[in-house]
Amino acid sequence: MTTARANRFTPYLFLAPAALILAVALMYPIGYMVYASFLDWNPSQTIGEAEWVGLRNYVNLWSDAAFLESLGVTLSFTAVVVVIEMILGVGLALLLDRELRGMAVLRTLFILPMMIAPIVVGLMWRYMYHPTVGIFNRTLKSLGFEPIPWLSDGSWAFASVVIADVWQWTPFIFILSLAALQSMPRSALEAARIDGATGWQITLFIKLPLMMPVLIVTALLRLIDSFKVLEVILVLTNGGPGLSTEIMSLRISRTASEFRELGVAAAMSNYLLILLMLITMAMFTYTKIQERRTAAQRAASEEA
Amino acid sequence: MSTLQPKRQSPAFYALLVALIVMSVGPIMLMFTTSLRLNVDIMSDSSSLFFMPTIRNYETALCDFLWYEAAHIDYCDKTFGRALINSLIVATVSTFLTLTIGCMAAYALVRFRFMGRDTVSMTTLLMRMVPPAVLLVPVFGIWSFQFGIDGTLAGLVLAYVALNLPFVIWILQSFISQVPIQLEEAARMDGAGPFQVFFLVVLPLIKPGLAAASIFTFRIAWNEFLIGNALADRDSRTVPVTIVNSITEFNLDWGVVMATGMLLAVPPILFTFVASRQIITGMTAGAVKG
Repeated sequence: MTTARANRFTPYLFLAPAALILAVALMYPIGYMVYASFLDWNPSQTIGEAEWVGLRNYVNLWSDAAFLESLGVTLSFTAVVVVIEMILGVGLALLLDRELRGMAVLRTLFILPMMIAPIVVGLMWRYMYHPTVGIFNRTLKSLGFEPIPWLSDGSWAFASVVIADVWQWTPFIFILSLAALQSMPRSALEAARIDGATGWQITLFIKLPLMMPVLIVTALLRLIDSFKVLEVILVLTNGGPGLSTEIMSLRISRTASEFRELGVAAAMSNYLLILLMLITMAMFTYTKIQERRTAAQRAASEEA
Repeated sequence: MSTLQPKRQSPAFYALLVALIVMSVGPIMLMFTTSLRLNVDIMSDSSSLFFMPTIRNYETALCDFLWYEAAHIDYCDKTFGRALINSLIVATVSTFLTLTIGCMAAYALVRFRFMGRDTVSMTTLLMRMVPPAVLLVPVFGIWSFQFGIDGTLAGLVLAYVALNLPFVIWILQSFISQVPIQLEEAARMDGAGPFQVFFLVVLPLIKPGLAAASIFTFRIAWNEFLIGNALADRDSRTVPVTIVNSITEFNLDWGVVMATGMLLAVPPILFTFVASRQIITGMTAGAVKG
């Protein structure tokens, strides 16, 4: 009797610490943020002293040119980065999916950029982009070209942060696509080869469609993560020159610490969160649909 | 004649491989070599590939750990040394806590069928996407006005545990669901309680998953800047915060900054070499298996 009751409560016992921490340090802050976004609040006040301003923060943001610009920068950064990384990562995976002795070493080297701190990645690239002693401008100079204003010109700065991010995160796509390729049923490839398909045809009509579920999840994961990029850009350009590389995360942190408008920063965070929520929901729905479809297919093939 | 070895790849393939390796490791090597040069040497116009490596930059950064007197240091700036210790404490403690709490939760989610399991999985997944920047304002407000733990290492640990838990639960779930339930039933037959089953049967079986999860957690806690910057005061700064503070100085000493960056990069690099297989498993667990 007692064991039965113990068993009934065990799951809650196992879950309790995690639930407590998540409630206190994640759910509560998010709720707090939603509440704060309706306030006119600066860091010297406690939240109780802040004035309730309703939806003003949300409405004002849409006429705030700096916010709109940073929203645009965020969206274009995310789009550019995800597209380039997907093409490069998937392409490399298709190229390198061979019997190769050093593959394990290669993969280890490729994940290094993802593992080291974004701050350090920013440092390395800032040094390489240095106007006079950086390796890029040194090389350009020794080849007789004009130096490039990597970080001091708006559009070059945008390109520079994109390059740094592509360097850091293409391996992620590469590794996931490689895993997808290697878990592929060999029989399908064999069958295509026997039927006389060329390498290109196999890639295009068999490999890519079979990889598609993984690729979509990968792209969505990368999409979500690219909204979180902050440190690399902070170290490289700090959002400048002008607002050319000021992504939302950076704008939020500056609004909170420099302009001391916590309510506005919270409203911005809320917009960002809603955006990410939509993407995550899309991902979740997609995997659910996919699961259901494979289950249905399996059931159908078992019946047949 | 290439026909002698039909399986040999073309030279272009190897050229591509070499180029890729150079591209991915090159910047890290460049940082390493820069950290071994003096600032005057770095800033000089002549770029020489050959130089006398020196560990002076590391001596400057780590001056309070030196057991000898380094001749070139006039004034010892203890900021970095202190930050290094803070980072080590915060990252280790939060990794340990996250893992303990996370794998218990993951186990409950996988093994016990009770109301709301799907909702919990869904919430876990939703939580995974919350960017640190979104937590910046509320964490700052709550930690300093309500909990009164801003500027303490405990405050940082709490924030990082919360930040990492969803991901750890998510990853460990996929490992635990592969443990055959018969093993647990057998243990229960032999009279083991739920906690014994968990600690003595399940945990040893999911060691690879634990390794992956702990590396990911440690990495986040060790590398995180934004929340660390908002919460820390002078004495509880972590390494990323000190590095960012030091690069805003006008006269940047690239040698020393690169040395501190290198020190920050060393633990993750070591983990990568020791446990790359587990890391890759952890990375692919969510996406490839679904």
